[in-house]
Amino acid sequence: MMSFLDYFKGKRKPTASVAKERLQIILAREHAAGSAEPDYLPALKREILEVVSKYVSVDKNAIQVNVERDDNCEILELNIALPEHKKELAASN
Amino acid sequence: MAKVIVVTSGKGGVGKTTTSASFATGLAMKGNKTVVIDFDVGLRNLDLIMGCERRVVYDFVNVLNNESSLKQALIKDRHTENLYILPASQTRDKDALTEEGVERILTELKESFDYIVCDSPAGIEKGALMALYFADEAIIVTNPEVSSVRDSDRILGILAAKSKRAIDGAEPIKEHLVITRYSPKRVEMGEMLSIDDVTDLLSIPLVGVIPESDSVLGASNSGVPVIHDIESDSGQAYADVVDRFMGVNLPLRFLSVEKKGLLSRIFGN
Repeated sequence: MMSFLDYFKGKRKPTASVAKERLQIILAREHAAGSAEPDYLPALKREILEVVSKYVSVDKNAIQVNVERDDNCEILELNIALPEHKKELAASN
Repeated sequence: MAKVIVVTSGKGGVGKTTTSASFATGLAMKGNKTVVIDFDVGLRNLDLIMGCERRVVYDFVNVLNNESSLKQALIKDRHTENLYILPASQTRDKDALTEEGVERILTELKESFDYIVCDSPAGIEKGALMALYFADEAIIVTNPEVSSVRDSDRILGILAAKSKRAIDGAEPIKEHLVITRYSPKRVEMGEMLSIDDVTDLLSIPLVGVIPESDSVLGASNSGVPVIHDIESDSGQAYADVVDRFMGVNLPLRFLSVEKKGLLSRIFGN
């Protein structure tokens, strides 16, 4: 916090260094996310869920899509957890 | 061989069009046959910055749709030899910018121009993607401010993943950073990201720093690219950008804080 006196002394917290730190963190995170997940993934996930939902009632969090990269191949891994008891599902919906 | 250069940033309002106008003008002033294309379909503004808004008859989309020839749509700049402007359309036609269409026009332009400067719209939608898709080199315009730096970083990711060069596995697009609206005084006070901060974060080579300056608004008011204002610091800084782009080694200028006397401190600027 900046004190009343600091204001008159012209002392301020150097916000530029705060900006740089925040950017370093967010850019690192976005780079990591960018390399792990191709940008078609969210749409792919949504569409697969739509198709599956036509036949089975599934929770929208029940689908997991992962892309793994090896040196010379990529593996697209799909996991859909189907509800165990239909009655329970009907009740919860 | 003609070079395609995209001027891009992700974020809006950072100075893409100002930079495109002055950079293209500077290239032409050096004797290079240069064309600058406005890719902001629906929100054309390059014509205003270049001062040719009343001479627009046909535009980029007309050429794409074969409603006019390229020759009919190109506007010859009144201030500078060797410089032509291809304005964007004012009517919103999202589907006009196709890969095939843009490629056809660029191929035709390559026959008669040395440099093709593509002024990208803000954002990462179709217009921005088409502006960068065929680029050989890119000028990334960034303000020393968090959202602009983040968006520039995002655009660098897109250049590296979605450009034609990236998709074809060709040599990557050569990137150049231009920092605009730089205020040495605020940097000294610790209120603004410094040049080193921005270059550390984006880690691409710096081609110039344009100081925050009243002359940029003056230039856009009168429709004359600021590089023509050779008295102004920003005009000179753009001239330096062009020199450095063409391989001249120049030190950065206009980065020191002007020391003010007591009277001007009291009575303001």
